[in-house]
Amino acid sequence: MYALVKNLTHTCNSQPIRMEAVIDIQWIYACGIDDVPANGGACVKHGDEQIAIFNFTRRGEWFATQNLCPHKQQMVLSRGMIGSAGDACEPKVACPFHKRTFSLLTGECLTDDEYQIKTYPVKIIGDKVYVGV
Amino acid sequence: MSQTTVIVVGNGMVGYKFCEKLIAKTKQFNIIVFGEEPRRAYDRVHLSEYFNGKTADDLSMSTESWYTENNITLYLNDPVQEINPAEKTVHSLNGMTLKYDYLVLATGSSAFVPDLPGVDKDGVFVYRTIEDLELIKAYAAKSKNGAVMGGGLLGLEAAKALIDLGIQETHVIEFAPRLMPRQIDSMGSAMLQSKLKELGLNIHLNKSTRCIAGDHKIESLQFNDDSSLPIDMLVISAGIRPRDELAKLAGLHVGTRGGIMVNEKMQTSNEYVFAIGECALYDGMIYGLVAPGYEMADTVATYLVEGDKSFYGFDMSTKLKLIGVDVASFGDAFVTEPDCRTIIFEDTHKGVYKRINISTDGKYLLGGILIGDAEAYNMLLQTVNNKLVLPPNPEDLIMGARGGEANEGTGVMNLPDEALVCSCEAVTKGAICDAVNEQGITNIDGMKKCTKAGTGCGGCIPMVKDLITGTLKAYGQYVKNVICEHFDYSRQELLDLVRVNKVKNYDEVLDHYGRGDGCEVCKPAVASILSGLWNDLIVKQDTIQDSNDRYLANIQKGGTYSVVPRIAGGEITPDKLIVLGQVAKKYNLYTKITGGQRIDLFGAHVNDLPEIWEELIDAGFESGHAYGKSLRTVKSCVGSTWCRFGLHDSVSFAIEIEERYKGIRSPHKLKGGVSGCVRECAEAQAKDFGVIATEKGWNLYVCGNGGSKPQHAQLLATDIDKETLVKYLDRFLMFYIKTADPLTRTATWLNKMDGGMSYLKNVIVNDSLGMGQQLEEEIQALIDTYHCEWKEVVENPELRKRFAHFVNAPDDKDPHAQFEPMRDQVKAKGW
Ligand code: SRM
Ligand SMILES: Cc1cc2nc3c(=O)[nH]c(=O)nc-3n(C[C@H](O)[C@H](O)[C@H](O)COP(=O)(O)OP(=O)(O)OC[C@H]3O[C@@H](n4cnc5c(N)ncnc54)[C@H](O)[C@@H]3O)c2cc1C
Ligand code: SF4
Ligand code: FES
Repeated sequence: MYALVKNLTHTCNSQPIRMEAVIDIQWIYACGIDDVPANGGACVKHGDEQIAIFNFTRRGEWFATQNLCPHKQQMVLSRGMIGSAGDACEPKVACPFHKRTFSLLTGECLTDDEYQIKTYPVKIIGDKVYVGV
Repeated sequence: MSQTTVIVVGNGMVGYKFCEKLIAKTKQFNIIVFGEEPRRAYDRVHLSEYFNGKTADDLSMSTESWYTENNITLYLNDPVQEINPAEKTVHSLNGMTLKYDYLVLATGSSAFVPDLPGVDKDGVFVYRTIEDLELIKAYAAKSKNGAVMGGGLLGLEAAKALIDLGIQETHVIEFAPRLMPRQIDSMGSAMLQSKLKELGLNIHLNKSTRCIAGDHKIESLQFNDDSSLPIDMLVISAGIRPRDELAKLAGLHVGTRGGIMVNEKMQTSNEYVFAIGECALYDGMIYGLVAPGYEMADTVATYLVEGDKSFYGFDMSTKLKLIGVDVASFGDAFVTEPDCRTIIFEDTHKGVYKRINISTDGKYLLGGILIGDAEAYNMLLQTVNNKLVLPPNPEDLIMGARGGEANEGTGVMNLPDEALVCSCEAVTKGAICDAVNEQGITNIDGMKKCTKAGTGCGGCIPMVKDLITGTLKAYGQYVKNVICEHFDYSRQELLDLVRVNKVKNYDEVLDHYGRGDGCEVCKPAVASILSGLWNDLIVKQDTIQDSNDRYLANIQKGGTYSVVPRIAGGEITPDKLIVLGQVAKKYNLYTKITGGQRIDLFGAHVNDLPEIWEELIDAGFESGHAYGKSLRTVKSCVGSTWCRFGLHDSVSFAIEIEERYKGIRSPHKLKGGVSGCVRECAEAQAKDFGVIATEKGWNLYVCGNGGSKPQHAQLLATDIDKETLVKYLDRFLMFYIKTADPLTRTATWLNKMDGGMSYLKNVIVNDSLGMGQQLEEEIQALIDTYHCEWKEVVENPELRKRFAHFVNAPDDKDPHAQFEPMRDQVKAKGW
């Protein structure tokens, strides 16, 4: 099971985060909460995998996705700017290279149907960030 | 009384439009549609966008539930095989036999495939349906070179698609002596040909193909002149063949060269059977465009509800889309003297060819051709279609007004209300203006929903936009120019709010004046506003900066960064040059002299950046702000210190100016130049501000630009001394910083400015707004708060920590950043 730490300080009526039972989820320690800049991202190494973690301070939420931008196979999503799209305030990240943007909730590419990225659940315990892989 | 049944054969663009038009007029008919293709009607005009990521669903003309919602029965994948006009029945492949009261044939056309030996080989395609494109895409993945047979409208579009699909060598084979023979003349074709060459297309004219050679699959084209061309794939786009086979079988009259004959009501030789779209032959002509097809659909729909409407031919003006070169032809493009007077404008340097044909009395525009620059297309087309009387100097229509005011009477707002602006959807100027006035439409998306204008080929969109703006302005409404979905303000308005209320960080700006969580558009725009006002350290709000500003370096392929120290005026000591070489060697950086007279070190890993800069700063370097929207370089020529022509010391002045404005953030980057005499070796007139020495002092030029739309700077002041020049420059730069839209260079800013250069001169030189002193003080405050942001980072361990690729392994480098050797250095691995 996972839950997202969330406080509703932001002004958007964002969709409620789906609570779903996830079997076989393995939580790995990623980094400390202070390691990821406010309203920004950082990249975590997990074996050969690179995971981008986003500290969406404005929404009081954390998100994680693959670090690879599928457009030109660049390991840079953690360096992208985050923000929201549309009336539903879909949280998103924009790749620094050519500004493809991806939903942080679903991993769907919002600017180009061809692409999709992986997202991971995140949980915060104390001052530690864990990612479910 | 039983319901009248209308059967439509063909669910293409026109068949669909017919249903839409009919149900808009009445719901009393029982409508049944047969489609041969497996999917609902889609937008064939924008078919090529399928290669740019649009899906079949995106291209669909309707939603899935549209037919059921409107009580239309749709049978897909079920072509009609036989019509029996005597019994008024149709028989479909799946075995249905249905009775109709009226039958509408909208069977379109198929690609015409010439009868050449070898056309059935693998690797030979046509370009008409989504399925065709799927096949082409799959085959292109394993092909190196390809050709398109046919240099017409569609052929060129297909050729561009092949390039986009990654075909390395693309050829166009045309039988005629010129490209787009139906639309443009030979001079236009020659110009188009040279433009297409630049895009990488190889054009072969006057080529007739003998056969397609190869073993099973295509290997080459053999021509009648005994030459041949080896290729892996071929797209045939040699014209269209109207699908009249059903009609022929049923004994309806068809043309000798194909097409179902119709009268002005679109009735075939049987009064209960109609034909519309590309299968219909009206007055000896097949209309291979969507707009006339829609007009035919409307004619039949109107006729069936007992209205009176006739089709009397249609304008075949076209504008080529997608290919990357503007091409348009309109009205009667081919009339020649003495039946008209022709004005031709040709600029082989820029690749522009324009021809207009005007009536012999000089009053009316008959038609014309535009290559390389078709901005005037919509307006010229309207001038033909609405028989607008020409201005006294009709050449201004294609050359722009030279000197004096622009021609009165040629703007969009001067069109008559009945002028057809969107010909695909038959929307008039009046309807567009009404939508603005009565329904409160203020943008193009709203207009598309409300009137459907712009939803067809899209060619009218610029004009629709101008009409929206024009109407709003005419009614005294303020036209909003907003930053993005999160702010209802323009950059200038937001800057004023932030300044007056002394707001200092992004979140506060968003809380007070915006909504949502921001995005990649407004964050850097606000960042630029904040630093333009307060010159706060960029690194304090790093996550609202574009990646380059966030890491104080330009990101490159592979995710490494470049390092560009400031070398003011291009002057550097041997010692400093040595340090650059040592640092580059130590960190294995590719080294290059830039176009801005300084040195760029490429390929630095993010976690090496602080150390590299530490070494550079120790040697006396500073950040060059190559990553920022800020002052880049002030180029200099050597000037009077060495040059025999030099009037003053241009290097010292360039250094002084560069030092003065370094680090200041602006809406876009800023570049300057100082030349020691009119020979202009520093290319100062290509810069945002340029200074040229004169006998009596200095001339100041502003708002020049290199880049993709080069533009010379314009003279702001003549023979002034240094102090005056700096004062004007202060005012000019601050005025730009405060009033330009995000990412607008000074040249574009000036081009959009009401009153242009004379207004700007008034503000800067004559201080017409009375804000000269304020501007000088504001920029002085920015100059006084300058800090080298790299120095700040190097000295601050917390800030240094951010320069890591992995938070949990800060010393590890990204294994994905890879290099390849090149001429004794390295380069980024290709993507
Ligand atoms: C390094 C350099 C090319 C070189 O090897 O010579 C260069 C490299 C880049 N230029 Fe440039 N430009 C360089 C001189 C120029 C010049 C020549 C000049 O300054 O005299 C021009 C035309 C002059 C002008 O700007 O008016 C130039 C016009 C552009 C433009 C088009 C600007 C426009 O208004 O149309 C862009 C795109 C943009 O800024 O949006 C651009 C953008 C870029 C970017 C930043 C593209 C990017 O976002 O990655 C390149 C960064 C490379 C990197 O990773 O460091 N570069 N670029 C030159 C650096 C000069 C310097 O020392 O700072
Ligand atoms: C790549 C491309 C780009 C184009 N660009 C432009 C442009 O920029 N501007 C422009 O104006 N036009 C353009 N066109 C032309 C435009 O698409 C056509 O004019 C338009 O699609 C014609 O519509 P239609 O309904 O007559 O024919 P179609 O759209 O071809 O529809 C006919 C349909 O009828 C079906 N059919 C045929 N026989 C039967 C049967 N017996 N039973 C059932 N169904 C049947 C066919 O399968 C087809 O689905 C372009 C065309 C292509 C291919
Ligand atoms: S011209 Fe294009 S490719 Fe060359 S440096 Fe400038 S932006 Fe990069
Ligand atoms: S690499 Fe991410 S958008 Fe191009």
